[in-house]
Amino acid sequence: MRVKRVSLKNVNEIEESSVNLKLLDSLLDKYKNKKGNLIPILQGAQNIYGYLPKEAFIKISEVTGLKLTEMYGVATFYTQFRLHPVGKHIVKVCHGTACHVQNATAISEAIEDALEVKDGETTPDRLFTLESVACLGCCSLAPVMMIGDNTFGKLTGSQAVKILKEIKIKETN
Amino acid sequence: MEKTKVLIGLASCGIAAGANKVYDKITALKISEKLDIEIKKTGCLGMCFREPLIEIIDQTGSYLYGDVNEEKAVEIFDKHIIQNEPIKDYLVRSDLFESKDDIFWKGQIKIALRNCGVIDPENISEYEKLGGYQAIKKIVGEKISSEQVIQTVLDSGIRGRGGGGFPTGLKWRFALNSKSDIKYIICNADEGDPGAFMDRSVLEGDPHAVIEGLIIGAYAIGANEGVIYCRAEYPLAIKRLNIAIEQSRKKGYLGKDVFGLKGFNFDLHVKEGAGAFVCGEETALMASIEGERGMPRKRPPFPAVSGLWRKPTNINNVETFANIPYIILNGSDSFSKYGTEKSKGTKVFALTGKINHGGLIEVPMGISIHDIIFKLGGGITGGKKFKAVQLGGPSGGCIPEYLAETIVDYDSVNATGAIMGSGGMVVMDETTCMADMARFFLDFTCKESCGKCTFCRVGTKRMLEILTRITQGNGKTGDIEKLEELAYQIKENTLCGLGQTAPNPVLTTIKYFRNEYEAHINDKKCPAKNCKQLLTYSVNPEKCTGCTVCAKNCPSNAIDGERKSIHFIRQDACIKCGACFSKCKFDAIVLS
Repeated sequence: MRVKRVSLKNVNEIEESSVNLKLLDSLLDKYKNKKGNLIPILQGAQNIYGYLPKEAFIKISEVTGLKLTEMYGVATFYTQFRLHPVGKHIVKVCHGTACHVQNATAISEAIEDALEVKDGETTPDRLFTLESVACLGCCSLAPVMMIGDNTFGKLTGSQAVKILKEIKIKETN
Repeated sequence: MEKTKVLIGLASCGIAAGANKVYDKITALKISEKLDIEIKKTGCLGMCFREPLIEIIDQTGSYLYGDVNEEKAVEIFDKHIIQNEPIKDYLVRSDLFESKDDIFWKGQIKIALRNCGVIDPENISEYEKLGGYQAIKKIVGEKISSEQVIQTVLDSGIRGRGGGGFPTGLKWRFALNSKSDIKYIICNADEGDPGAFMDRSVLEGDPHAVIEGLIIGAYAIGANEGVIYCRAEYPLAIKRLNIAIEQSRKKGYLGKDVFGLKGFNFDLHVKEGAGAFVCGEETALMASIEGERGMPRKRPPFPAVSGLWRKPTNINNVETFANIPYIILNGSDSFSKYGTEKSKGTKVFALTGKINHGGLIEVPMGISIHDIIFKLGGGITGGKKFKAVQLGGPSGGCIPEYLAETIVDYDSVNATGAIMGSGGMVVMDETTCMADMARFFLDFTCKESCGKCTFCRVGTKRMLEILTRITQGNGKTGDIEKLEELAYQIKENTLCGLGQTAPNPVLTTIKYFRNEYEAHINDKKCPAKNCKQLLTYSVNPEKCTGCTVCAKNCPSNAIDGERKSIHFIRQDACIKCGACFSKCKFDAIVLS
């Protein structure tokens, strides 16, 4: 689902100035002259930084000769790519058909209330980013949400909030 | 004497239900008890509603246990493995005992899912033990020509399992007849339909079957390179595919002179999607592999003539490929003996929504929807009334209760206005609002529209606006007609499958549930009591205890009342958010 990700502006600026572009070197060596390399390069860059920093775009363009407009076009077309930094944990709440029928909206609303963020936003402590996604493919366990590689099924709003609280406690200790 | 085997289902759904903990527990018990048993990680058996599942195969037969948690695992280990006493109460399937869940297995014929949940998907020798890679070896060994392979596939009657329903053999023949030094074969694993997970289960449970299918396809059409385009939301499937490809390469099943056949060079890699539903459309998928925005292009030229990198290309779906080795090995009759006249074989369906037995089933074509839902599916959750079933996801349509006797084959389903699709079946009960369902699907297609064709880009947006206002109680007379007009315009004036099918959910819900739309528009009522804006909240004086919780939580201060006295909702101030309803502990808030 197309999510408009709202960035935290001031944090963003600090972040972008400290992007270590050297991390891109091995990735660019690998894909430099291969056809169809644009998406794998962007995926690789996002794996490194967690999002696609502006500086990375410029460097990729310089090294590979890919046009900036083309890269921006692709990066904004696919939902996977992020142009702004996100929280440490991305909370993906499934809004596929099966989850919708089983009231996934209640899960999203409960999390929105608890974290005081809206869909696509990041908490001020940069711990969580809330996202609605189309389908996680665990429909028989609907409604589900995914945090990192962990999928949680047959949720209620309060259970979802409890899981987030547990993560928060772990992180602050 | 064979070792006792313990099979633990570790597909995504099993893991989500806690199967990893069960696996760790059993492994720890095996070590502490020093028992000589074999513990195996397998894929999905399809019985998702009883996950986590463990299967014990011992001297006496096989025993499948459902809803296993750590405590139950200890109990099963103690009683069954150590004392040889199966626990009947936990059994969901067994050779020796009856179980109340037996109905779920009755009528299932597993061809595409033949190895799912049976073998360890990360171990090539397990696949080979059950006849894996024998089909391609047979082709090479008996020098079966590519034309003969295609004829067998054609005779089997298999049609594209991704939803299109185009005869696979015919597709292969077109690709074979295109002359070129380079040809590609692609496996479409970009399963984007919300509510469908057939392909994920096959990839996670039996990746080698898909790879063998691709090798056979490559042999038949003369392709040198293969790509599996898998959506990034399936990390486990991607991981297992990469393991499987590496294993086949080591064995000489991929690479140069495959299976010792001089000049048969074929290699394969996985390409991760980047999250765009439209990339399930074959021309958009190819654009995405080429590193571009996934936008469809005009056909002709068809991919068989000019596809990936302008070379002849053949694209099939995961399930189609998984069927191919079975068909080649056992002959076309082994497949075509199932099904109806024009739709042969079996089909995998993902049962979800308001159904008791949510999961994955493989049934022969020609079974009725009623049988799927009420026999295998175990009926509707909570004993509610069955209302409709959505087939084909956002591209499909709904089939209402009174057409439940419709049989499942491409043509019968198409006749209702729905489509077979890739196999997602979302069951809806009396509490599901059909107008809201249509709005939900339109919201999805609108967001996923690539933006190339105006009718899809703007048309779906306009339809969504109308549907949104209908479900919010602001519908106007003439809205239904406007929706219909837009729907036909979009269907006729768009390039790809996404646009052409996007209006289907709206058209079918209007066709079968027009009265619900009219109730929303004319009476400002939602018959399913689902659309919040159309409901009235009031306090049941007999149940209200005057605890003030509702008043405190009301964001618009629409609830009056003193502590310990009956509260009252002022309708003019109520914004129908439902906060009071969800917060009241005494069920004193009534919806009407």
